[in-house]
Amino acid sequence: MKAAVLVFPGSNCDRDAHDALARVSGRAPAMVWHRETTLPAGTDLVVVPGGFSYGDYLRSGAMAARAPVMAAVRAHAARGGLVLGICNGFQILTEAGMLPGALTRNQGLLFFNRTVTLDIVNPDLPFTAGYGARRRIAVPIAHHDGRYVADEATLDRLEGEGQVAFRYVGNPNGSMRDIAGVVSADRRVLGMMPHPERACDRDLGRTDGWPLFEGLMATA
Amino acid sequence: MTGAAGALEVTGDAAKGRAMSDTRTHAEPAVTPALAAEFGLKADEFDRIVGRLGRVPNFTELGLFSVMWSEHCSYKSSRMHLRKFPTTGPRVVHGPGENAGVVDIGEGLVAVFKMESHNHPSFIEPYQGAATGVGGILRDVFTMGARPIALMNALRFGAPSHPRTRQLVAGVVAGIGGYGNCVGVPTVGGETNFHPGYNGNILVNAMAVGVARADGIFTSAARGAGNPVVYVGAKTGRDGIHGATMASAEFEDGDEDKRPTVQVGDPFLEKLLIEACLELMATDSILAIQDMGAAGLTSSSVEMASKGGSGIELEMDHVPQREQGMSAYEMMLSESQERMLMVLRPGREDDARRIFEKWGLDAAVIGRTTDTGRIVLRHCGEVVCDLPLGPLADEAPLYDRPWTEPPVQPPFDPVVVPPPADAGLALLTLMSSPDLASRRWIWEQYDRSVMGDTVGEPGGDAAIVRLHASRRALAMTTDVTPRYVAADPREGGRQAIAEAWRNLNAVGAEPLAVTDNLNFGNPERPEIMGQIVRAIEGLAEACRALDMPVVSGNVSLYNETSGTAIPPTPAVGAIGLIEDIARTAAIGGMRPGDALVLVGETTGWMGSSLYLREILGREEGAPPPVDLEAERRNGVFVRQAVRAGRVNASHDVSDGGLGTCIAEMCLASGFGASLQLPPDIPVHLMLFGEDQARYVLAVPAERVDALVADARNAGVALIVVGSAGGADIEFDGGRLSLARLRDAHEGWMPAWMGTGSA
Repeated sequence: MKAAVLVFPGSNCDRDAHDALARVSGRAPAMVWHRETTLPAGTDLVVVPGGFSYGDYLRSGAMAARAPVMAAVRAHAARGGLVLGICNGFQILTEAGMLPGALTRNQGLLFFNRTVTLDIVNPDLPFTAGYGARRRIAVPIAHHDGRYVADEATLDRLEGEGQVAFRYVGNPNGSMRDIAGVVSADRRVLGMMPHPERACDRDLGRTDGWPLFEGLMATA
Repeated sequence: MTGAAGALEVTGDAAKGRAMSDTRTHAEPAVTPALAAEFGLKADEFDRIVGRLGRVPNFTELGLFSVMWSEHCSYKSSRMHLRKFPTTGPRVVHGPGENAGVVDIGEGLVAVFKMESHNHPSFIEPYQGAATGVGGILRDVFTMGARPIALMNALRFGAPSHPRTRQLVAGVVAGIGGYGNCVGVPTVGGETNFHPGYNGNILVNAMAVGVARADGIFTSAARGAGNPVVYVGAKTGRDGIHGATMASAEFEDGDEDKRPTVQVGDPFLEKLLIEACLELMATDSILAIQDMGAAGLTSSSVEMASKGGSGIELEMDHVPQREQGMSAYEMMLSESQERMLMVLRPGREDDARRIFEKWGLDAAVIGRTTDTGRIVLRHCGEVVCDLPLGPLADEAPLYDRPWTEPPVQPPFDPVVVPPPADAGLALLTLMSSPDLASRRWIWEQYDRSVMGDTVGEPGGDAAIVRLHASRRALAMTTDVTPRYVAADPREGGRQAIAEAWRNLNAVGAEPLAVTDNLNFGNPERPEIMGQIVRAIEGLAEACRALDMPVVSGNVSLYNETSGTAIPPTPAVGAIGLIEDIARTAAIGGMRPGDALVLVGETTGWMGSSLYLREILGREEGAPPPVDLEAERRNGVFVRQAVRAGRVNASHDVSDGGLGTCIAEMCLASGFGASLQLPPDIPVHLMLFGEDQARYVLAVPAERVDALVADARNAGVALIVVGSAGGADIEFDGGRLSLARLRDAHEGWMPAWMGTGSA
């Protein structure tokens, strides 16, 4: 499995994603600068990391979605390549039109960082296969703009087509239908607000993100 | 060399700035003693400048003197007393005088840390004031070549009932979070307290901790002549002009009008600066580097040249400018944020340009170092400033201000404290009082887990951040108990260090060093100066006794509004080293059946206690005496017990005494405790007295005997005071349901802020 982590100015979970991938797979991912126009040959998985790309100016993810590297990510996804957008990465993927819906300001208007419980809604995704029969995980969230919104028809379609990957248990931010993560129609692109890469550390006792990456290793 | 100026221009904006400057239409006022007074210089200080120069300075030069001689930059009132601090030790690499303190943490690494205040700006504009406070302290740390790994803070607000307090809390917390979260450095801990004494002058003290390779430390001394001086970061605007002067004066009502002197921060730009500077530092191109903090370009250029024993010439036309027609005076005094000044090795301009371009940063060569010992500024073809460096920096005034012995509260006889009708209810009241209620509402707004190395959750004694890709960690804490300092400045100073020492030992960390942030009122008032002198003595004694040298610090004076000073608040930040993250202890590690063991002696000290204040409404009495030998003995004992893996949980006993200590352990662990308290002290004094040098350890029952024996051998007082388990905290004469305690403890702050939980 060859993974690549994008780096935008203002990304700040790029190192965390790098470390999680290296820890789980035993292989360090390539770090790809936003001005690149191609991905390293043979890339299986692109991780769009969390942070404040371009300072969240204009709208969270809006400017990064138009960065040069995103054309390569689009082409990768069109070929059926795996893409995982975490937090700001999820915002970037919705701004890029690669995932439906949008992330708006948290209902309570405050930024917050806490560990939340997620229901694995669709266990048959490449991103959730690693969890086996497990249906609940605890993963941190850390965001200001994490409220998932979409029109009713889109939400119905996402639910009907099995595109809801994760749902919050105890909705922290007002996301419609408690949605914490969604996949593309072909199930190869996942966007999620929680941070699985911050839960891949046995020494710190936070491991619920591990199977997500482990499952991807098996897939690719 | 001036021909090379601008050669590094990345965006061409500096050239634009040059064009703008030509259109300036400033008529600069004549320099008189009255103008000097407006700039915050006393009459004798102005006379001294004129005498030293042999002429009257021009307007720009007066501006430079006024900020360099401000209390904020010169420490003129505190410097002679700060010399009492121990500042050396086997682990100290750089003590005070650099941007931040540097201590050796072994394995080729050093920790770099400092704490700094942003009190006045935060009171005027809480979000930006606090945010730029975080930005400034981060720059102090990465300027030295360290990657910042953690942020901490120490916050003091007015009474919760004061009409402005909520808005200030909301703004400061959002500002700290907004900046740190975006930069991607975890905010891992701190302290927040409330007292009417801060109604008109809140305190926002921010601390940053970074880690660098021991051979990768950069300093500000710009040695050698003819080297290019490079400016990088935000363009210079008219914001924050005379910020350092504002921070050196008392507040008056209506000072909210000073809002234009509060700077606006851009954490995104800071993040780019961190990455670009660390990348450039790895190339060996930088000779000296300094952030532009208080007094901006003035203090950075003067300090670099004076520390390097060189001189400096700046072409003001090349300074990247955000506004049209800025004068040299305005550029030199601007406190625009996110700017760095560095001196490169000659010929390395291209390396720098490549990296700054990559990160999209404005940069320009704005001058060069000289061997003249002078600072010379050119603007629009004229020399607008030509001053010797000595009088600006090293020869700044130094005052031995008159002081009077601060009054000290007499001991308070605990016998006159009546037992509460219901001690369980008293515990509930304390645990839901503003100073002890849960800070979850605050710390959830901080990204604590970014960078992937934060161990555990807030609410314990010290925050723990792993050294990346290792099993070692740094522990960090911020402390001071202002009510103790107010009651007895020297004892309160000792206690601040003792508590930091305890917080580090409680998690199994070896205390290493201290940074301080001395917040006081107007030093020109002898009674305030007396507080400063005695508090510093107390801090210094404890630092010496506990081998915790002071390696960096900040002094914030004139914290007064309309003649009323804040409670004396010498905040300290301390760091410690953990050798193995598997050998640490948290307050929430208690298991059912564990014995609860109290380390240290209890007399039931009620003077200046939280119980006295919150339950009886009395703020009086001598604070608990600090026995530094007992602190050392007990601290070492606890650290060894934690490191040996003998305890499941550990917590120092501080505000609110044994009762609140155990209540916090129970809340964090998720079950109650049954206490068997010694019969020789009344229950309420046992539970709520604030004797020092104490810890509670949760110890597996089968290990208690061995621990008792060890304590006896070490001369450490230790008794079993109960056992963990059940749904209540119960003791002789009281019972409190943990569920009820949790509701009250967690509920106060969200209810007060009117937000509920998010």
